[in-house]
Amino acid sequence: MASKLVMNRLRSLYRDNNSIFSTSQNQAIKWRSCQPSPINPPSPNNTSTTTSSSSVNEFELAKFSAIADTWWDAEGPFKPLHLMNPTRLAFIRSTLCRHFRKDPNCTRPFEGLKFVDVGCGGGILSEPLARMGATVTGVDAVDKNIKISRLHADLDPQTSSIEYRCTTAESLVEEQRQFDAVLALEVIEHVADPAGFCKSLSALTIPGGATVISTINRSMRAYATAIVAAEYLLHWLPKGTHQWSSFLTPEELVLILRRASITVQEMAGFVYNPLTGRWSLSDDISVNFIAFGTKPANRDEPLD
Amino acid sequence: MNRFSVARRIASNIHGFRSVQRTLCSNTGVKIPDLVSEKEPLAEPELAYDIPQYDIAIVGGGMVGMALACSLATMPLTKQLSVAIIDSNPALVNNFHIRKEDPPDPRVSTVTPATISFFKDMGAWEFVQQHCHAYFDKMQVWDYTGLGYTRYNARDVDADVLGCVVENKVLHKSLLSCIQNSDFQKTIYSSRLSSITFPVRSSMTSSSGTSSSASGSSARLELDNGNIMYAKLVVGADGSKSCVRELARIQTTGWKYSQSAIICTVEHAVENFCAWQRFLPNGPIALLPIGEKFSNIVWSMDPKESVDRNSMSEDDFVKAVNHALDSGYGPHPQSKSFEGGNVFSWLKADSTHEGFEVPPKVFKLASQRLAFPLSLMHANSYASKRLVLIGDAAHTVHPLAGQGVNMGFADARCLSKVIAEGVAVGSDIGEVTLLKKYESERKAANITMMAILDGFQKAYSVDFMPINVLRALAFNGAQYISPLKRKIISYASGNKLLPLFT
Ligand SMILES: Cc1cc2nc3c(=O)[nH]c(=O)nc-3n(C[C@H](O)[C@H](O)[C@H](O)COP(=O)(O)OP(=O)(O)OC[C@H]3O[C@@H](n4cnc5c(N)ncnc54)[C@H](O)[C@@H]3O)c2cc1C
Ligand SMILES: C[S@@+](CC[C@H](N)C(=O)[O-])C[C@H]1O[C@@H](n2cnc3c(N)ncnc32)[C@H](O)[C@@H]1O
Repeated sequence: MASKLVMNRLRSLYRDNNSIFSTSQNQAIKWRSCQPSPINPPSPNNTSTTTSSSSVNEFELAKFSAIADTWWDAEGPFKPLHLMNPTRLAFIRSTLCRHFRKDPNCTRPFEGLKFVDVGCGGGILSEPLARMGATVTGVDAVDKNIKISRLHADLDPQTSSIEYRCTTAESLVEEQRQFDAVLALEVIEHVADPAGFCKSLSALTIPGGATVISTINRSMRAYATAIVAAEYLLHWLPKGTHQWSSFLTPEELVLILRRASITVQEMAGFVYNPLTGRWSLSDDISVNFIAFGTKPANRDEPLD
Repeated sequence: MNRFSVARRIASNIHGFRSVQRTLCSNTGVKIPDLVSEKEPLAEPELAYDIPQYDIAIVGGGMVGMALACSLATMPLTKQLSVAIIDSNPALVNNFHIRKEDPPDPRVSTVTPATISFFKDMGAWEFVQQHCHAYFDKMQVWDYTGLGYTRYNARDVDADVLGCVVENKVLHKSLLSCIQNSDFQKTIYSSRLSSITFPVRSSMTSSSGTSSSASGSSARLELDNGNIMYAKLVVGADGSKSCVRELARIQTTGWKYSQSAIICTVEHAVENFCAWQRFLPNGPIALLPIGEKFSNIVWSMDPKESVDRNSMSEDDFVKAVNHALDSGYGPHPQSKSFEGGNVFSWLKADSTHEGFEVPPKVFKLASQRLAFPLSLMHANSYASKRLVLIGDAAHTVHPLAGQGVNMGFADARCLSKVIAEGVAVGSDIGEVTLLKKYESERKAANITMMAILDGFQKAYSVDFMPINVLRALAFNGAQYISPLKRKIISYASGNKLLPLFT
């Protein structure tokens, strides 16, 4: 009873604030099943995965596959990612320019650096990174996403050099690929084994390289926001199926990255301003946050 | 390699240009355009890759379009962009020089401090200073009834000058020189835009994959001389009758006033360092110093008068000007209560203890007379995917305010800043979310300015930014409005019969 009351309050709080709805789909994307995973995907023929690696959560992948056509629709389900993009890229630009000692006033500061975008989706992040000069490899476990990414990147000569592959971080590790920077934005909340996933990301990072991860916090505020998402998208999200326990708090992320030999150097929160409809960086990491970590240049031994 | 063939297939499917093999702009262009052909040699040369692809195509190389190009050329994050400038104006390609002995042009702009700082940032101000331009340090505003006057002096605001008047051709040439002095990759097309094809709205349908035009999602531009190009962003800087705006089907809101203005250059016997403005029953007449013994006249009146005054003999016109500036209508004012118009809206200076002065006599007309109707026009939208409007293409105000081009320069400055921000984070610069940032910033500022202009237009029939009076009206209430102001307002509303104002 009491908890219902709290929920209703939270709901009306967010409902008053109309524009919060525009962020809601973001949370919706991150929503995952409460059932023990992996389970059978609802529409298995939509999902083609190349491997049965540890990080793959089939149910999650089926969801992405179902809405893959809408990746580049700035007003579609991925609108929050599009809106958030300049903000998170500003963070990436400033941290990586500093780390790799690149001139931030240069149009293509990442020229000569190899980046991998793990869980690249439709390539919303990969394309700007390529325009900023990086040699980008984008990987995603959903084949449909990779097809969309390829088609879209080919529309612009500046992005047509991106290498897209339907694979997972684990498979790239098996291939012994390494990159100057490894990025996995809004992915870790969808994987089956976050700690193992972080180990793979670390293995893909060259010694002295960088790892960037962003995700949603397992906080009260994030919870409240996602309730709105569920309410708002009631017609396509079954009720009561959020598995909050699988979201990471910033502290937990720092910890599992440390175990994977990555030291988090900087962290920032994203806050949404309903008045301007824009995201900005802040030190409020209670809902969405992004972390930049580095891997020691010498031997990569676990730190604890 | 595989990717290219996909793109090619799309290219031929959609446009099917079999015969697009026009000579590029070599006959008209200043530089050979930067082709996208660093790609591997193509088996099928007639395909889209032969067509130049630019980051930005600026349609209209007027003052505002050139200011955008210049700003892009001088910022670290944007100077590497490839830009096409499309305009048939020969001034863009003929390296003409402005000579000191040329008669001053009647088309001048009063540049605001914001514009001066923009030009200084771009390094273009030094070019302006090499040419004819005139600062003035005094200003006198009065009204024909002889009831009051206000004098402003630069000393009052601890400034050296109150304003700067520059010929439009000098502003334009300065921007062009500044661009030519940079290593900016620009190509000038001496032609006019005839059509634009925008990519089909790209909601990617993964199965068919035919959602975009040949050169990816770029816009395709076709010029009068047959040239074709692609651009990620098309900037409409093509003036009040913007072809870009029309092709993009952007609606406008606007209205005409039942007033016209005449502008021209006149010559005095002595040098003039003061800006003068006198309110007359049918609108104000202003005399702006433009250097040496020349001044610029902006005189508003009803349309019938403007036809007469435009066609009368030069001698009669000079007589009419002197009549309007001094001898006609009423006596010289005795008191200083008048705080009416102010051409220079940024000035909040109060009058000094100087006495009323008589403006210098005009003895000769030094240019053609140009007459034009007064109107306001505003585009309902400034930005859509791969398209943005700046300057008069987005908003046209009547020239009396001297604000038209200043608003356009502010657009150019803002857009180049937004583009730089986009480049910094690797955005596609034609993305609508990016361009909307420009729109939201500039639309608010421009609408405010237009509302003020329109307000004054209605209040005075013609405005010269009498900010003081508006404030008085808005905040002080009717009892504080002096009889003089009431009179002015009465002419303004064209409602001379209202008992309140008699
Ligand atoms: C008579 C007059 C007096 C004025 N006096 C003042 C003043 O005192 N102070 C002030 O601030 N403002 C004044 N203005 C307003 C000011 O001139 C404009 O605000 C300013 O010129 C706008 O610049 P722009 O570059 O946006 O457009 P424009 O100057 O109109 O330039 C547009 C350019 O686009 C080109 N073009 C048009 N169509 C095409 C096409 N299809 N393809 C390619 N190119 C094309 C044209 O050749 C032109 O070069 C005056 C305007 C007029 C008409
Ligand atoms: C919310 S999207 C983020 C897309 C992209 N990183 C961005 O921020 O724009 C998550 C993506 O991760 C992919 N994904 C989920 N689990 C994955 C796994 N184990 N390995 C690779 N990709 C995975 C999904 O297919 C989906 O495209």
